[in-house]
This record gives sequence, C-alpha cells and structure tokens, in this order.
Amino acid sequence: MSFLNLEGVSKYYGDFGALIDMSLSVERGEFISLLGPSGCGKTTTLQAIAGLIPVTRGRMTLDGRDITKLPVNQRGLGIVFQSYALFPHMTVAENVSFGLEMRKTPKHERDTQIAQMLKLVHLDGHVSRYPRELSGGQRQRVAIARALVIAPPVLLLDEPLSNLDAKLREEMQFELRRIQRKVGTTTIMVTHDQAEALSISDRVVVMEAGRATQIDAPYRLYEHPKSEFISGFVGKTNLLPGRVSRGAAGTAVELAQGQRLSVDGGGFADGANVTVCLRPEKLFFTGAAQCTLSGRVEERFFLGSQWLYRVSSPLGELEVSCANDGSAPVEEHAEVHLAWADDVARLVAAKT
Amino acid sequence: MSKATNTASRWTPFALSVPSLALFALMVLLPLALTALLSFQQYDQDKGVQSGLTLASYALVLGDSYYYEIFFRTGWIAALTTLICVLVGAPEAYILSRMGKPWRSIFLLVILAPLLVSVVVRAFGWSLLLGPNGVVNQVFELFGIGKVKMLYTSTAVVVALVHVMLPFMVIPVWTSLQKLDPMVENAALSLNASQFTVMRRIVLPQITPGLLSGSLIVFGLSASALAIPGLLGGRRLKMVATLIYDEYLHELNWPLGAAIAVALLVINLVVMLSYNAVLEGAYAKRMGRS
Amino acid sequence: MRRTGPFAMVFHTLVTIFMLAPLVIVCLVAFTPENTLSIPWGSYSLRWFRAVFEHSDLMQSFWNSLGVATIAATLAVLFAVPAGIAIARHEFPGRQALNGLLLSPLIVPHLVLGVAMLRLFALFGARGSSLWLMLAHVVIITPYALRLVVAALAGLDRSAEQAALSLGASHATVFRRITLPLMLPGITGGWMLAFINSFDEVTMSIFITSPQTVTLPVRMYMIATESIDPMMAAVSALMVAVTAVAMIVLDRLYGLDKILVGQH
Repeated sequence: MSFLNLEGVSKYYGDFGALIDMSLSVERGEFISLLGPSGCGKTTTLQAIAGLIPVTRGRMTLDGRDITKLPVNQRGLGIVFQSYALFPHMTVAENVSFGLEMRKTPKHERDTQIAQMLKLVHLDGHVSRYPRELSGGQRQRVAIARALVIAPPVLLLDEPLSNLDAKLREEMQFELRRIQRKVGTTTIMVTHDQAEALSISDRVVVMEAGRATQIDAPYRLYEHPKSEFISGFVGKTNLLPGRVSRGAAGTAVELAQGQRLSVDGGGFADGANVTVCLRPEKLFFTGAAQCTLSGRVEERFFLGSQWLYRVSSPLGELEVSCANDGSAPVEEHAEVHLAWADDVARLVAAKT
Repeated sequence: MSKATNTASRWTPFALSVPSLALFALMVLLPLALTALLSFQQYDQDKGVQSGLTLASYALVLGDSYYYEIFFRTGWIAALTTLICVLVGAPEAYILSRMGKPWRSIFLLVILAPLLVSVVVRAFGWSLLLGPNGVVNQVFELFGIGKVKMLYTSTAVVVALVHVMLPFMVIPVWTSLQKLDPMVENAALSLNASQFTVMRRIVLPQITPGLLSGSLIVFGLSASALAIPGLLGGRRLKMVATLIYDEYLHELNWPLGAAIAVALLVINLVVMLSYNAVLEGAYAKRMGRS
Repeated sequence: MRRTGPFAMVFHTLVTIFMLAPLVIVCLVAFTPENTLSIPWGSYSLRWFRAVFEHSDLMQSFWNSLGVATIAATLAVLFAVPAGIAIARHEFPGRQALNGLLLSPLIVPHLVLGVAMLRLFALFGARGSSLWLMLAHVVIITPYALRLVVAALAGLDRSAEQAALSLGASHATVFRRITLPLMLPGITGGWMLAFINSFDEVTMSIFITSPQTVTLPVRMYMIATESIDPMMAAVSALMVAVTAVAMIVLDRLYGLDKILVGQH
C-alpha cells in the first residue's frame, strides 16, 4: 500500500477536462515531479492534492485515509506556492511559526522547531526580517521552512524555481534535494523545466493535455520515451519516420530513403508506421566506409561543454552533439558521415 | 495556484450587503423618492404644502423666463468652466506625466491637495483675491489697467469654479496618461512624426476617454455648485443651486424647489448617459476595453 | 523623461500659482494686525486667531464638525468593509447595482441630496438631531471609504490566504490574522478621506443643519455672506492647517496621490 494514492482523479470545468483519469502511487519519502508544458494539468493535479480545488471524480488516499472530500485546512499538507505567498506583515520567524500556532504547539517548542528549521534552510541570521527585505532566493527558503516545520506527510511545490534567475535556480535545485533528503518528506513538485525534473526527482510524471503519458525514473524516461512528444520534450531528439518490417533475419526499420536499421522491434507489428528517435549525443562522426548516413554540416553552435551541429542529410535535418574534449571541431559546410550504435535507436508509434 | 474553493455559503455576500443597502435605501433612495413626489405636490403661499398632485411647479420651471434665464446661465457657466478645465487641465496633466520623480509627486499633490480643503475656504480665498482691493486688482493697477470689477460677477464664479474643478479634470486625464506606454510616442518620433503630430494622432486619441469623463464630472459639479455662486456671485447672479436654496429656505415653496432639483438631477443623468453612450460606441471599438 | 520646453514650464508655473493662490492669501490675511482684510506687510498679529477661539458660535460649530466627522467616518468604514468584501470577492446577482448605489453620492449632486434629506428630516421630525445629521454624512462619505476598501482587497495576494488555510487556519482565523491586517492601510486611508470629506462638507449640510447642530463650514458660509473680517481668514487658515496635517498623515500611510487618483 503506497503512501499517497490517486485513483482515477479527474477535474472538469464544464466540458473541459483539465485533469483526466490521473492515477499515481507515491511511496513514502519519494520525490516526484509533475512535468509538462502549460495547460497539461500538472498544476491542477497539485491543487487537487492540496485541496484547493474540488475534484470531479476519483479518490485520493493518504496513509490509508481518504482525503478526497477534506477541506484544505484539514489536510495538513505543506505547500510552497509559486509566488511563495509569504505573509507580508509578519517576520520570517512569525511566518514559519504560523502553522505551529494553528496546531497549538506550546511556545518554547515552537521556538526550538523554528530555530532548527531556519538553520536547515540557512536563514538563521534573518529571523526578524520582513519578506520585503529579503531576496527572491531567501523568500523561497522561508516558504520551504514554513511548509516543512509542521512536519507534513507530503510537501507540495508549485514551480518553486521558476521565479529565480538561472544561476540561483541551479543552486536551489540541489539545495531542495538536500533538504528533502535530510527531512525525508514525500515531495511532489510541479515544473515545466525538464532538466530540473530529471536532476532531482526519483520519478517523473510527464503530462500532456490533462493526462499522464509516462511515469518513470529520470534515466528510463530519457532513454526510453514512450512517444514522440515525450522524446522531444525531455531532452533533444532527432525524429525519423520509418516502417517496421519483421522477417526471418530479425526485425528492421526501413527509413525514408531505403536505409535499413536493425532494431529491437519491441511490440510493433510488421508494416507498422513508427518514428525512430535518436538523441543528438548518441550520433557520432565516422569514416565514409562505416557510416549509416552522409550529410553536410550547415551550422554549428558552441555551447561550452559541447558542440552542437546542424547536419543536412537525405533523411532531413539532424542535430548532432559532441563533447568538447579539446579536439578541433568540425567546420561548417564540411561533408560528414554519421553513425550510431544499434541499440540507441528508440521506436515510438508514429503520430497519426 | 489560483482561486481557492469558495466554501463560504451562498448567502454570505447578501448578508454582508444588507447593512449598507438598508442605510442607503433609507438615506438616499427614500429621500429622492420623497422629493420626486414633493415636486408634484401643491403649494399654497399661506397654507404650505397641500395634498393632491399637480404639475404646476414643473409648468412654472419650464415656462417662466425667470427660471429659464437661471438654467441657461448655469448651463453656460458650467460649460465655460468645463472648457477652461479641458484647456488647462489636459496640458497640465501631460506636463506632470513628463516630469521626473520627486517633482511629479509634489506637483500632483499641489493640484490635488485643494480637494481636501473645504469649498468655503477656497471661495473665500478667491473673494480676497478678486475683490476691489484684492491682490489681482492691485497687480492690475501696477500694470496701469485700473480696477476691474470681478467679484459678484460671473467672472469670479467661473474662476473659482475652475479652481475647484481642475483636479477633477486632471485625475481622469492623468489616469489615461498613466496607461500610455511612453515608448509608443518614441516609436512615432523615430518614424519621423513631428511632436505636434504625435500629440494629435497618438496622445490625444488615447486620453480622450479621460477628457470625456473628466468633462462629465466637471460639468455636473459646476451646474450644481452652491457655495461658490453663493459667496462670489452675489444676490443678482443666481444659479440653479442658489435658486433651490431660496425656494427651500426663504420662499418655503418646497414643491417648486423640489421640481427644480429634480430637473437638475434629470439633466445631470441625461448628460452622463449620453456621454457614456458616445464613449462606449466610439472608443470601446477602437481601443478595446481599457 | 523628455525635457519639457520653456513654454510648458511657464504654463505649469502659472497653473501652480493659480492652484495655491487662494490658500496662500487666506493664510497671509489671517495674520494681519489691521481691522480690515489686508495683507500683513511687515508686522503680523495673532489677534484674529484669538478672536476665533473666543467666538463661541464658531467654536461650537467646530466641535460639532469634529464630532460628526469622527463618528460618521467610523460608521462609514463599518459599513464599507462588509460591503467592500461582498463586492470585491463575491459574484452575486445585483453586485453591480449595489456598487452603483453605494457610489451614487458621488454622482448625485450634494445639492439634491441636501434638499431630499431636508424633506425626509421634516417628515421624521429629525431637523435638530445630531444622529440624523451623522447618518446623512455617512452616506455622503461612504463612497470614499468603499473605493479604498475595494482597492485594498483587490491588491491583496490571495495565495497568502490560501497558504494560511493550508497551514490549518479556519476561515475566521484567516480573516482575522491575514486579510484584515493587510487591509488595514486601506481601511485607515478610507477613514481619513471620509473624515476630511465630512469635515469639509457644506452644500448638503446647509440644508439639514439646525442652529444646534450647525457645522463649521456652514457657520463659515453664514458669516461670509453677512460680514467679512479677517477672523474669517483666521478660521480658514486653521482649516487649511488641519487639512495639511491630515494630508501628510495620509501620504505617509498610503501615498496621497494613490488615494486621490485611485489604484490602477
């Protein structure tokens, strides 16, 4: 029996389904990310779990208790809002203390817990400051402290890093993970940034148009996307249309120009239309004799740790990325020959 | 995260509204209804208000040239005040919007602060300035113009009205100007438009709603002004407000006074509604809902 | 900000002088040692201020105004807060109509309201009553309080209230500890604006005050229409001083331009 369970949870506004049939089992202590573009239903899911919106259908249980109909102030979950939602007229300490006051925690206990929590988030020097006197990153840490100090069974984070600038965002990603690991709280985070989701989650739920389309650990999600959309949304990808042909010699995919790739046909019928997904870093340049495909570099971009090449080929435009290992990069307009290992090509159903 | 569930009961807003609704029904709706009723009642010089309905008061107001003259005078004074407020207030609002940080707030305050001083004080101040021995006449004498009679003429009334009404014109125009993106003007200039063209074709159309709503407010307030014509207009320069004052407190012909008041209210509402119609029509389409 | 041309500067200076002139002259004349209205060049005197404080009718009307304004402003806020919450936060049939009704004293001329209430008072025998006078003032000044309360609510971050709920607070606690404290600047600003407007009000009050309840501006109006001496200037100067103090407080609290122009 998992810790937090969503069974067929749906939220409809009139005829419009913001969330359709969401089923998810979260283990105690897990860090789950809800990932997807705007409008995919990830925020709706979080609001439903929090109790900020009522669900149209479905059930939610927490540690065996049915919380579907509980009002938000009785669920006891910790929420970090996207705008942090700090109480502007209260100091840092008073903000963090609020949840404990609602639970009638006696004063000296409150003070201890507040001090501990502020130490954990590195804000112990700012106890008497007001939110308007704090930076964005500091305000966020107050919001986290306020949500965690009540020792909630689940911590809900709504795009916690989207208001921070790039450098701070990177730092806070790992900070967030450190705190979560230390306290051990089950956490659900909403984000549209796939790099963020992949780097700190135990599992990622990819959502599209109100539905969950894949739930997997980050590595599996990246290496084995289940659809064209996921392949393109999580990381970069090259998409090549093709058709499966199963024969005595094994399964192969025939590409547009007649090239044949032997692949693990995995579940696709003979003659099925598929899309082959190739990640840019899995493609490499090789000699003319060993290559699968020839082409020409149209443009190249320097990204610091890697070179990104736009290569035109008979099969269309492909992206190839190579690590910047210090050797000379390929020139623009050079003729190149591409190859890739047999087992790195992924098949997904072609979009109809 | 967006709106929370509204778990409060459906009756909450009604419960919250009841006290103020009751108060306003008693102190606004009821008195206005009674006054409208009063305007139809009969009045006798010796016996006071009688029962029985009549249109005699309205007939008097609409027929007698004495009242016509007063309405007409009130109308043109209010219109002139409005015009001057537009010609002075709009440029002033524009100049203010172009000022740098500390000065802008200071001068906005200078324009708006008089709103917080009673109109009696302001009217009195003007009587000091415009009197036969007042500052303005003293300045005129210095320049060899000689004394000009301003007090107890319509000049004094208009000047004081403009002083009182100017903030009411500046505020809506200022608000419209705040919504303007200053970069739009720069874009026009970069496309070789002259400053004048920029004013005429970029700024003016966008502040016109503010000008219209300001004009409405100024006209309405000027037409119903009492303290200023009372103190600066003298006994001979009657406007609608002082006329109503006379009927109610001197002549004691309340139905007549009520009829004039109702007429004033109706004119106010008609002007306002027709302006609103113009506003909705011309500008909602072009500018979109602002 | 583009530099404003010299012509515009001259224009602006003239407008500024125009707006300040009557207030300045009144404050100057108040200090004259002469018996007649004149500007004190050189010597000044406080005799006319003393005359004000010794004028019993004037002082009585001052206390009347102070009392009426204080109580009316307080009542106005008490009416405006619940109505403001209903209007700002709930969708219900009649919301626009209620809003219009509560703001109507801004559109209906005080003149008309004055004679209308005179009729009401006559029918109810309320002519000399302070209470009825206060209620009349409440109605006139409520729109100012209401606008500020609604603006304060509109500017409130609702996610702070949701956060408080999620931390276990009841709706009543959320209102008491989050909503109300955050509304307080708006409520206070509303009170002060309402106070000033009641204190200054003359047009309606002329019709509904009686000799016992006469307010300061009405008394001043009556004095000004009969005889004018520098005492009138002294009272006016005092009123300007009171307004200046109120303005500074309002500005510190909220930003005067925001209150008078409105939040946008």
